[in-house]
Amino acid sequence: MEGISEGRRVVITGIGVVSPGGVGRKQYWQLLSAGRTATRTISLFDAAPFRSRVAAECDFDPAAAGLSRRQARQWDRTTQFAVVAAREALEDSGVLGQSEPYRTGVMMGTACGSTMSLDSEYALVSDEGKSWLVDEFHGSPYLYDYFVPSSMAAELAWICEAEGPVGVVSTGCTSGVDVLGHAADLIREGHADVITTGASDAAISPITVACFDAIKATTARNDTPETASRPFDRTRNGFVLGEGCAVFVLEELEHARRRDARVYAEVAGHASRCNAYSMTGLSDDGLEMADAVTAALDMARHDPAEVDYVNAHGSATKQNDRHETNALKRSLGGHAYDIPVSSIKSMIGHSLGAIGALETAACALAIEHSVVPPTANLHESDPECDLDYVPLVAREHRIATALSVASGFGGFQSALVLDAPPRSAA
Amino acid sequence: MAPFPTFTTKQLVDLLRECAGEDEAVDLDGDILDLAFTDLGYDSLALFNTVSRIERDYAVELPEDVVGEAGTPRQLLDLVNAGIAERV
Amino acid sequence: MSGGGTASPRHVITGIGAVAPTGLTCADYWSAVLRGESGIRTLTRFDPSGYSATVAGEIPEYTASRYVPGRLLPQTDRMTRLALIAAEEALADAGADPSAMPPFACGAVTAASAGGFEFGQKELEALWSKGGKYVSAYQSFAWFYPVNTGQISIRHGLRGPGAAVVAEQAGGLDAIAKARRHIRSGTPLMVTGGVDGSLSPWSWLCLIRSGRMSASPDPEAAFLPFDRRAQGAVVGEGGALLVMEDAERARERGASHRYGEVAGYAATFDPRPGSGRPPGLRRAITMALADAGMAPADVDVVFADAYGVPALDAAEAEALAGVFGPRGVPVTAPKTMTGRLLAGSAPLDVATALLSIRDGVLPPTVHVASPAHEHLLDLVRDAPREQRVSSALVVSRGQGGFNSALVVRAAA
Repeated sequence: MEGISEGRRVVITGIGVVSPGGVGRKQYWQLLSAGRTATRTISLFDAAPFRSRVAAECDFDPAAAGLSRRQARQWDRTTQFAVVAAREALEDSGVLGQSEPYRTGVMMGTACGSTMSLDSEYALVSDEGKSWLVDEFHGSPYLYDYFVPSSMAAELAWICEAEGPVGVVSTGCTSGVDVLGHAADLIREGHADVITTGASDAAISPITVACFDAIKATTARNDTPETASRPFDRTRNGFVLGEGCAVFVLEELEHARRRDARVYAEVAGHASRCNAYSMTGLSDDGLEMADAVTAALDMARHDPAEVDYVNAHGSATKQNDRHETNALKRSLGGHAYDIPVSSIKSMIGHSLGAIGALETAACALAIEHSVVPPTANLHESDPECDLDYVPLVAREHRIATALSVASGFGGFQSALVLDAPPRSAA
Repeated sequence: MAPFPTFTTKQLVDLLRECAGEDEAVDLDGDILDLAFTDLGYDSLALFNTVSRIERDYAVELPEDVVGEAGTPRQLLDLVNAGIAERV
Repeated sequence: MSGGGTASPRHVITGIGAVAPTGLTCADYWSAVLRGESGIRTLTRFDPSGYSATVAGEIPEYTASRYVPGRLLPQTDRMTRLALIAAEEALADAGADPSAMPPFACGAVTAASAGGFEFGQKELEALWSKGGKYVSAYQSFAWFYPVNTGQISIRHGLRGPGAAVVAEQAGGLDAIAKARRHIRSGTPLMVTGGVDGSLSPWSWLCLIRSGRMSASPDPEAAFLPFDRRAQGAVVGEGGALLVMEDAERARERGASHRYGEVAGYAATFDPRPGSGRPPGLRRAITMALADAGMAPADVDVVFADAYGVPALDAAEAEALAGVFGPRGVPVTAPKTMTGRLLAGSAPLDVATALLSIRDGVLPPTVHVASPAHEHLLDLVRDAPREQRVSSALVVSRGQGGFNSALVVRAAA
């Protein structure tokens, strides 16, 4: 969305969250500001045969979250999260019924779509891989919805009464940041005034755990699950798989003002880059992430000195933590050392495509509360990671501008800039 | 080092080809033992796949960081054969 | 005439790469289209007996190693290899060398549906029948939705913006519109479109559950959009990738082709059934024309979505007649020769529309012998129709309620 910025401005007027450690925006912020971790031994399936057996799981009860039995049966967990978070965001913003359906859209991000259902359905229709059953009506009647992830956006469109642009943006683990950038673009370009957007992933299932085992990207610190996610710490040895969802109501600023909506933050800048280097690897220099940060700040018309908080990708792989630290130094210069940088993956794990949205929610809430969430489990930094990572304890800190960065498989590197709510024009 | 190495260069090359493909610019049938895997066109993912296959086919358990430790075919062969010797 | 094609475009399509059941190059595909040759056949990739749907627009076996580097073969799904073939052709056609351009000058946005589902099936089988240790390291990305964007960006050194969009079968147009947005925002070159395909037993089960697959075993009668005998869709594999450039930059570097520009675009979503509100397809078309600054009379041909499901065909025929008037514009569906290529169909239609503009010919719709909506649609049937073409509308719908429309126009 670099360059389109004249005229229409885009703000967040509603937030909904389903996270490990709490369903709901308030519970989520309590967890983050307390520096509590929500990582534990995998309980969603029997992970005993796998190398990495820790994850950050959501305590999610579909009925308690307001879903019907039919919805809980029909929808993959990813869609269930998205619907519950969207309802919270819509209620928070009060936008339902106040936006013209033709001018209303839905854009969701996801890395894994309905992987959990596809994994279990595959096991069902193939008798656990032993024989392929050619009875095409064995298995869920909703297989096609699991096949194409846009089914999640379609479900939300009805809930949001959206008849404008609807779709999914997927960029692996940067999806949650890139979908916000895309949705904000659509509003700026005039395709919509209101877009419900965010990202959801719930892929703690055998196939996901197995594929990260195969590349040893996840930690095998199975004996101490609560402290297994250790971004920037010298003892970190891989990420902890997570799940969750954050959904926002994005709104054109004047539209929000006309209905006197409460504004959390302005989506001021976004940029994405490909590293064109490796589907999984990162070069040490962090050039592409640095360029994404610079471009996003340019779009938001900010100097590096104006950044008050960086929500790091901080996945707790050695490769990421060093790449990211270098990228921040390259893009923010000497200011990188003065800005608090934290990774909430230390508390809620890495929920793949969803995490960028959860991190953006953390930025918006950090702006609201003037508190920087900490990096939990950080006792001694990797000597090559020498920024201020806000170890262990949240910090009071006024934030006018927050930067969220993300890095993902496929080589995607992205940055999103949130500004504190703009002052009223009056 | 096992006295009778059971895992040979040829076996390694066959598995590399199968698990990770082959870079057209590299002659895997040439003298590759001391060339870096990266110069042979193989990144860590290629090696993860190959190592996992070796562990299964030869019933050996290789060190956790084998992909980081073995920078060349010779180093990987040594680790595999040491593993095989240990197993026997 | 409301300004159609008069202003100099700010961006232009300079390269096309196409892969289809009827050809692995743009030229082969296009000549098959003009011959009216269909690539729909009984599935050979796996034995389809026992399934209710048995035909597909299957790309015949080819030697992938002739087109794709050996190191990429074990880590790519079939549809990703096809995407790499199309991307290479598109960039070569454009005469563009991203490695010679500034670091972040080139990006990629592709459309996806289910990702590398065939690759995923193989790994699910390994996982469930043998165990987690048998799952490939490449599973971590080979199946995922933006895999084609990532692999294309690596292969050609595209370091600018990158993404994949998914809106079922409408996403192909959304991807091209997103690429146009990146060009407008200052990225000089984007590779965009979509190549897709998912012909494996596991995807077949899922596709059949869409409830929209044709049960006819006859390759010539299975996919008959706008025909009274229509009974469902046939899927296929393939698609197209385009090189879209900032017009000024393309001129500076002496680009040899200017196929046309993306003049207009819009996307809408259907309301919840029972809401009493009208469906969104007509509105998408009207808004795309408005975005292009064109009146319906400025459009020379419509590339229809042409689902092959009677109710959906009727809805599309009515929407088109509503905008253009009954039989107000030639309508065609060359996808009758390829099947619906999931996220690849609409980009292939855009490529085909650009070739129509280049060659002054409307491609045919094949196999439709008993037209169902003759009073509404002037369907280009059986044989190509030669006429001057300066603009085309491409329509695409996705299951669930997605509607997208895109207008391409000669680059003057």
